[in-house]
Amino acid sequence: MNNPQLNKHGELQHLLSTEGLPAPILRSILDRAASFMSETEGRDIKKTPLLHGKSIFNIFFENSTRTRTTFEIAAKRLSADVVNLNIGSSSASKGETLLDTVDNLCAMHADMFVVRHSQSGAAHLIAKHVAPEIHVINAGDGRHAHPTQALLDMFTIRHYKKEFHNLRVAIVGDILHSRVARSQIHALTTLGVPEVRVIAPKTLLPSGADKLGVQVYHDMTQGLRDVDVVMMLRLQGERMQGAVLPSAQEYFKYYGLTREKLVLAKKDAIVMHPGPMNRGVEIDSSVADGTQSVILPQVTFGIAVRMAVMSTLAGVE
Amino acid sequence: MNIQIKNGHLIDPKNQIDGPRDLFITAGKVAAVGSAPAGFVTQQVIDATGLMVAPGLIDLAARLREPGYEYRATLESEMDAAVAGGITTLACPPDTDPPLDEPGLVEMLKHRARELNKARLYPVGALTRGLKGAELTEMAELADAGCIAFSQADAALTDTRVLMRAMQYAATFGFSVWLRPQDSFLTRDGVAHDGEVATRLGLPAIPVCAETIALSTILQLAHETGVRLHICRISSASGVELVRAAKQQGLTLTCDVSANHVHLSEMDIGFFDANCHLVPPLRSQRDRDALHAGLLDGSIDAICSNHSPVDEDAKQLPFAEAEAGATGLELLLPLALKWARQSHRALTDGLVKITLQPARILGLDAGHLSVGAAADVCVFDPEVYWKVEPAALKSQGKNTPFIGMELQGRVRYTLVGGQLVYQSKSCQ
Repeated sequence: MNNPQLNKHGELQHLLSTEGLPAPILRSILDRAASFMSETEGRDIKKTPLLHGKSIFNIFFENSTRTRTTFEIAAKRLSADVVNLNIGSSSASKGETLLDTVDNLCAMHADMFVVRHSQSGAAHLIAKHVAPEIHVINAGDGRHAHPTQALLDMFTIRHYKKEFHNLRVAIVGDILHSRVARSQIHALTTLGVPEVRVIAPKTLLPSGADKLGVQVYHDMTQGLRDVDVVMMLRLQGERMQGAVLPSAQEYFKYYGLTREKLVLAKKDAIVMHPGPMNRGVEIDSSVADGTQSVILPQVTFGIAVRMAVMSTLAGVE
Repeated sequence: MNIQIKNGHLIDPKNQIDGPRDLFITAGKVAAVGSAPAGFVTQQVIDATGLMVAPGLIDLAARLREPGYEYRATLESEMDAAVAGGITTLACPPDTDPPLDEPGLVEMLKHRARELNKARLYPVGALTRGLKGAELTEMAELADAGCIAFSQADAALTDTRVLMRAMQYAATFGFSVWLRPQDSFLTRDGVAHDGEVATRLGLPAIPVCAETIALSTILQLAHETGVRLHICRISSASGVELVRAAKQQGLTLTCDVSANHVHLSEMDIGFFDANCHLVPPLRSQRDRDALHAGLLDGSIDAICSNHSPVDEDAKQLPFAEAEAGATGLELLLPLALKWARQSHRALTDGLVKITLQPARILGLDAGHLSVGAAADVCVFDPEVYWKVEPAALKSQGKNTPFIGMELQGRVRYTLVGGQLVYQSKSCQ
């Protein structure tokens, strides 16, 4: 099966998922992001002309503030023209199909689409549909993938831990419904992290999670022991319906990250969260705002990583 | 009209014929096999040199989309597709719009099909009014109108009391009840098998126990009520095992599988191929192997096309939103032959599953070429490869997981009641 993300030269054509991407591609994106960081931090150059004249369309069929904003900032720092479309679910109710929307935007000479959609596979569908010179970035599709989030997480880990091959990483929370978790798992295993753990009650784990190359824990006090990185996931409020979980309180007691639980991890463990956080549900404020938290740096790195992804796809040096 | 199909290789499983024989047809019936009957004057010759001559195929599940879904397909287009696929008899599920729960609808459908003069159509009536799972339909009236069995199609029947009553009532008249086992709570919004692929792709999943729990309930109720039971579209290894055990315990039941599920698994979904969005979901390779074994040992009696034409737009959507279903009428023969070849069985073993066995399930004296039987015949080239592509399909539905693939075996002539209703372009 051809990987739809790569062109026939093995170069990145679309970024749809971290699954199936070779480690050198992931590393080169992280390296490129690092180069943007040093420029923005060191010489205070906020803009580069790399994507001057290119049109990037952020099409969000699902609401998001943070992801859309960081994509917008990243595109602007690359000097691209950015158009934001918050389509929500309303266009579907007007009868326009996803691909009709895309065709219309193609006719407006889009060079790149950044897509978020509530359905798994939406970005693949668009990537398959558009002309070969157009690039698609998946900014989150259903439960499937959120590759730029995973890449910025990898960037964060590398920033603080330098290497991947000696790490023990725990991902905690709603693995079943999480596109972030899936993308993190593939990225971590591809980059050589020897031990990836997932910690969740059985109602929040997909069947055969171990086949993804992770160790499954149900007890947080065991799962956190001696880990270098704790990656928390957001718990959607609607999980209390449909008999997935009894209450936010019980969830917090057994799967919320508190200072007491965090001491089980290594002393220098870092705590990550893709945001937005539910304080007191999956994470205690004292941890979120604590010395081991790298949650805000994640957001900053996200801009550099998204710049790196866009410029890589555009094929500019 | 007196027709002689000559120089062909005749396969007639019921009469244990598998060799070169000529077939003689008169007045719509088989007049003789081998040599011409006394006084037979051939008026038309069909040269079947290099071809196989078999009973016309019988398909247990073909959605013709009438009434109500004519934008997806029409009776005309799908009847053309049926005979192009060598199918001479087909049963259509009741999930039309409105559902087949009124004798008038059934009569109209049968009338329309007769006018078209292609394959023989046997509607399966709705088991409950509107397929809503609450009230019984007028089964006896529907049977008088032409319904051959009663079914819920893919609609849920969650109330087990209603299910038991429906079986009891059907059993009163000796009607057959066809059910596809699927627990609707466990299925909910699921679109793919609860396994490796759904986990990887983040697709809402349907566990195997959705099939086995419903199947256990159905088997138990069939045992209680003594109804004639047919299990539709079995999909899992555990499901096959339950059917096998029930048969061994003496329960009278039959079972079919869709041709897609005989050959495909969840892996074929690849990167969200909406053509593989099917009901029931494609399951694991292990499940598929168990379906093969079930066909071999007779736990599964028949293969059906589960023909469900979907218009192109409804498939150009993200996987879960794309409409489930695939076109199948024209693929039934090659896929059944493929199964026989893969299982190192004679082609006749594949043909039994799409001729004689489905005829038995339907309670029809059909699916064979005995002297005196209706001359429903499928003449096909078993060796030729053809590419499945939209232009090669007569069905209005062009969506199938097999699109772009090469399949072996293609129909050349189809006769229904001794009338040539289809001949392929290469034979014109």
